[in-house]
Amino acid sequence: MKSIKDTTAIVGVATTDFSTDSGRTEYSLACEVIKAAVDDAGLRLDQIDGMVKDVVDGIDAMYVQKALGMETLSYSSDSHWGTSPLLNAVTAIASGTANYVVYFRSANNGSGKRAGSDFRAAKETKDESLDLIRYDFYSPFGLLTPAGMIGMGVRRYYDDYGIDPAQIGWVPVVCSEHAAANPHAIFFDAPIGHDDYLASDVVVDPLRRLDCAPEVDGAIAVVITSAERAKDLADTPAVVMSVAQGTSTEGENLSSYNREVLSRLPEMELMGRELFRVAGIGPSDISVAQLDDRFAPLVPMQLEALGFCGEGEGAAFCEGGDALRVGGRLALNTNGGFLGEGLLARHERDRGGPPDPWHLDQPGRRRGVGAGGHRCGWPCGRSDPAPVAITAIATATAGAGGASRWAGFIDRASTPEVVAA
Amino acid sequence: MTADDERAATPHPALWGVLYRSSMPFWDSVKRHELELQRCSGCQRWLTPPRPMCPNCQSAESEWVKVSGNGTIYSWVTYAESPHEGFDSPHTVVLVELDEGPRLVSMPVDIPEADLEIGMRVSVLYEDIDEDLTLFKFERAA
Amino acid sequence: MTIEYVPGIPILKASLDDDNRPFWEAVNRHELVLQRCGACKLYLQPPRPMCPECHSMDTLEWVESPGRGEIYSYVNFTTDRMAYPAMKVPYSVVLVELEEGVRLVSNMIDLEPDEVKIGIPVEVVFDDISDDLTLFKFKVRES
Repeated sequence: MKSIKDTTAIVGVATTDFSTDSGRTEYSLACEVIKAAVDDAGLRLDQIDGMVKDVVDGIDAMYVQKALGMETLSYSSDSHWGTSPLLNAVTAIASGTANYVVYFRSANNGSGKRAGSDFRAAKETKDESLDLIRYDFYSPFGLLTPAGMIGMGVRRYYDDYGIDPAQIGWVPVVCSEHAAANPHAIFFDAPIGHDDYLASDVVVDPLRRLDCAPEVDGAIAVVITSAERAKDLADTPAVVMSVAQGTSTEGENLSSYNREVLSRLPEMELMGRELFRVAGIGPSDISVAQLDDRFAPLVPMQLEALGFCGEGEGAAFCEGGDALRVGGRLALNTNGGFLGEGLLARHERDRGGPPDPWHLDQPGRRRGVGAGGHRCGWPCGRSDPAPVAITAIATATAGAGGASRWAGFIDRASTPEVVAA
Repeated sequence: MTADDERAATPHPALWGVLYRSSMPFWDSVKRHELELQRCSGCQRWLTPPRPMCPNCQSAESEWVKVSGNGTIYSWVTYAESPHEGFDSPHTVVLVELDEGPRLVSMPVDIPEADLEIGMRVSVLYEDIDEDLTLFKFERAA
Repeated sequence: MTIEYVPGIPILKASLDDDNRPFWEAVNRHELVLQRCGACKLYLQPPRPMCPECHSMDTLEWVESPGRGEIYSYVNFTTDRMAYPAMKVPYSVVLVELEEGVRLVSNMIDLEPDEVKIGIPVEVVFDDISDDLTLFKFKVRES
């Protein structure tokens, strides 16, 4: 069987500014960022013949095409709920269906609809297949936000493995250090200390405010082509060594409450196995990881699922932060992660789902409008000699109950920028 | 239960949010102050949340089976500030593992958060919110 | 007036965003404006944030239109089953091609459905339907 290993490359990346209120339409942000990514690749817009977007973003690919003036799209698809858009793009190129694929996200998440009133009005009966969260089983009891839904699994993680929640504080501490060094990160002017974490309010027990990533407005785009075509372009491409996704039964977006245990991430385990299989390497070969830190406790859970440490040992791995710092055993989210740059993941709120009160109200963390490098663009441990970075960001399914997981390896040896989209 | 039965079930509005067709027998049972959960007729696997086919044996035949309403606290979260005006602050939500196996999200009654423990024995009780809606909640087992 | 509205059923209003707001604000002032790229002079309908020709975002401008054109196509709604409930059948929806080259969906104020034909010259008029809703419509133009 043919392998996708090393067959494709990321040749362009771009972001808009990231902010808490863009004051612009998602349509406008999408157009700007796609053009910028194509420019970055040294390509023309009329060379783009494939497009991948996220199903939760409102902007349709055909509308984008209408503004960007592309001749035709021989490939387009929607990635959903954490299935892998990069895998869509890579397979489209590897199969010869498209030559140059753009993957983009565009979302006014920071300023976007914060329902509150919306979901009360959503008294309707519908087919459950339309949603990945069974709201009727949760909303009546006031389990309304991602933080609450994920909290159930986090509590079991702490309890099952005897984890001291204070250990988790090292994740936001290290992310704040990396964010402070990243001019594109709009949160954390300065690193926080572990004391700041312990002083942070418990917003949804067992989660503290500093466990939760704020949401932002903005857009990102990456351009993917074949490794062969990439050679003709001016910049050094980021060759995709491996990309994979995983889903597991009894999965729900954030609330897989009826699977055997809630303290592990089976999707991530399945995805990681495939990721390493395709790449032909193992966890010990990896020295940089861009993991989903939408909620900080997910980081040690992912470290375990991916085999960077043993079951139940993730929190100890994070303790003190040294292993996660640049130059450490596994440099974590060298851009500052979602905690530092903000989260660009629309969710149910936009479809009449519950509000997420955590997304911006983070006193002392807001830096206002600034340049962003959301999930791409920021050099990933440039000084780090390790050849490979793992990027494992679930676009919309953060959580112990995430219905699916995806990630990609990018050969960073000759790569100016590592994409973690 | 067949797909036709699902469609025939009477819709009733749940409190804040949507109600899914396949859940209606469940909420109808709650209205009668009972807990009935979907179980595969073929292999007896519990199907929670409800669904049209058993993931274990692919049978489309299922039945609604009354459960005891006894179980243990499996996990919980406490919102420092209630996520909605309809609830007090702080607001605690529990995940209860029924003795039969399935887990249900619910609210505790007369159990201070400080007393909550994973594994605590609880039993169901019912609260008629209004004409349309009855909720099931859990209290410390006698 | 050949369009009759059914009392009590709201007429759908455009949902405004940065792209279409200038258009509908002009309609409220009884003016027709069209989006155009100032650089390559391309008219854009529907409005959008980027010129598909030259890919500029900051050259987009709104220019007044005399609202002259002709009927390019049309559909006649003859039964309630397929029609918009706020409008009494039969009614006609026309697609007008303006002299600028863009096409707009609208209604005729002076033609019954069986009188509408492709190629009839038309010009814009404005219909203040209620305190908060003005629509642009078309009437036959003496050519």
